Amino acid sequence: MAGTSLSMKDIENSSIRDVFGRALVSIGERVPEVVLLGADAIGSTRGALFAKQFPERTFNFGIAEQEMVAAAAGFATCGKIPIATAYAFLLSMRACEQVRTDICYPNLNVKLMATHAGISMATGGTTHHATEDIAIMRSFANLTIIVPADALETVKAVEVAVEHSGPVYLRMGRGEIPNVHSRDYEFVIGRSTCMRAGGDVSVIACGTMVAEAIAAADSLEKEGIDARVVNMHTIKPLDQEAVIAAALETGAIVTAEEHNIVGGLGEAVAGVVSEHAPAPVIRVGVRDCYCGIGPEDGLRRKLGLTSESIVSAAKRAMSLKSSRNR
Amino acid sequence: MRKLGAQELSVKASKLRMMAIDMIDKAGGGHIGGSFSAMDILTALYFNVLDIDPRDPNKRDRDRFILSAGHKAAAYVPVLAERGYFAVELLDTFNQLDSPFAMHPDMNKIPGCDMSTGSLGHGLPVAAGMALALRMDNLSSRVFVLMGDGEIHEGTVWEAAMGAAHFGLENLIAIVDYNKCTMDGPIDSVMPLEPIEEKWRSFGWGVRRIDGNDMQQILEAFSRLPELDGRPTVVIADTVKGKGVPSIEGDYHWHYGRLSDMQRREAEATLRRGM
Repeated sequence: MAGTSLSMKDIENSSIRDVFGRALVSIGERVPEVVLLGADAIGSTRGALFAKQFPERTFNFGIAEQEMVAAAAGFATCGKIPIATAYAFLLSMRACEQVRTDICYPNLNVKLMATHAGISMATGGTTHHATEDIAIMRSFANLTIIVPADALETVKAVEVAVEHSGPVYLRMGRGEIPNVHSRDYEFVIGRSTCMRAGGDVSVIACGTMVAEAIAAADSLEKEGIDARVVNMHTIKPLDQEAVIAAALETGAIVTAEEHNIVGGLGEAVAGVVSEHAPAPVIRVGVRDCYCGIGPEDGLRRKLGLTSESIVSAAKRAMSLKSSRNR
Repeated sequence: MRKLGAQELSVKASKLRMMAIDMIDKAGGGHIGGSFSAMDILTALYFNVLDIDPRDPNKRDRDRFILSAGHKAAAYVPVLAERGYFAVELLDTFNQLDSPFAMHPDMNKIPGCDMSTGSLGHGLPVAAGMALALRMDNLSSRVFVLMGDGEIHEGTVWEAAMGAAHFGLENLIAIVDYNKCTMDGPIDSVMPLEPIEEKWRSFGWGVRRIDGNDMQQILEAFSRLPELDGRPTVVIADTVKGKGVPSIEGDYHWHYGRLSDMQRREAEATLRRGM
């Protein structure tokens, strides 16, 4: 793969965080300014591989995420490219003001890389879930937000985030998710990927929900419905062009995210649609509740983070479109 | 620039207080109390201690300074102007729309400002990150960070205090402007800090206690750093809130304000005697 020492074998059939760990080593080899910051989770975020290879470039702050994020700002002012790692709920909420005031406001070149996002810490329960982080981060000017959909995209996103000048929030889950991209896939910040062409309805998804969206499109196809699937890997800056095109060309939109429907991808898309090309937008996601505790599969079903939810949302969106057109 | 001695620094600090009074008056108000308690320390740092060059404000191997108690900008900004980072006339724009400066400093707008600050408890951990980065690059640069006394109520200060000692950041120097007042009242009634020296010592820091309005003591403290080898240093500076303006000295109500004409005349007369 261009620009990385990782092979496809390193990437396929691995958990997101394992792949993330290997991607950190790869970028560390290539970019000497990169330093890794952790808060007593360097093992579970898989920064340990980097730490082993570059001990002098790894800093563990103990269980002190606010200090870690503020220190990252200090590193950045001295020309380093700090990658601050932690569980998503801690990076976005415990260290929230440091992210906004110390990094986004002065526009410093810090990479916030969050693992265990969404409900991927399923049995950890609400304290360890992060279904609010996109909403919080979206409201910070200067910040780029990336939610990769599979292992390959995670590797590419780590590289591109480091190459990008300015603060980035990279949001990852924890476990294995299906691969949805082929190896020649090109990742560009702010340019969404059309995973599947279609003219009846558009499903705009991010992260783990991209695979669900593709499965939903398969089901819809069997019913004669031609669904477009867009991987909106960059939540900010949002690919407005692709959103407007989806609204104009298909007239009905479903969004899907492993996040509260309040403040997430769905609202970002709805904002663009309502300003530029009004069309029904149905949001699939966590419906403004805390998610409870349970095995990940069960929680996903209970919360409706499934292809079935996307299928029924697509039909609703289409019926809204047709009732409007009547 | 030639380093100023203690006597010259005292004269400079009086001049800077007069500039600040004028600036605050034009702005309609300012954080005069905490700015004036810290003015002597800031003057000593910028005219004697810091290795900096206003002609090359981003010089890689310069010393860094973070005004963690960002509201003391009413002292900091005149100091930077007087040191030559920008024209003194610009001070007249303080708090105005499109001015490079206001109540709290913005690093992207003020030449010579190493970090944007204003929210308390942020400066020390940022400074720790700087100190780590500078050490990685084998630079001898030091990082100074000025905190208010009430600021160290914030838990992040103590996260960073623990971290800086663990990382052995002897290139990090924290200063606590201990003027004994917070916004709501005397600090001992709001949330006392004592025993303050023991707190820092127990966190692994070298501790120095001085009269922070005495130029000799300030210079002496900064002349032998670090206080302890391999450890960060904290200078606990006992100061007087509103120092230099007799009618407001030690009064917590003067966290923010604008002097009356009479107070101003009295302050100017007092400060002139110190010049």
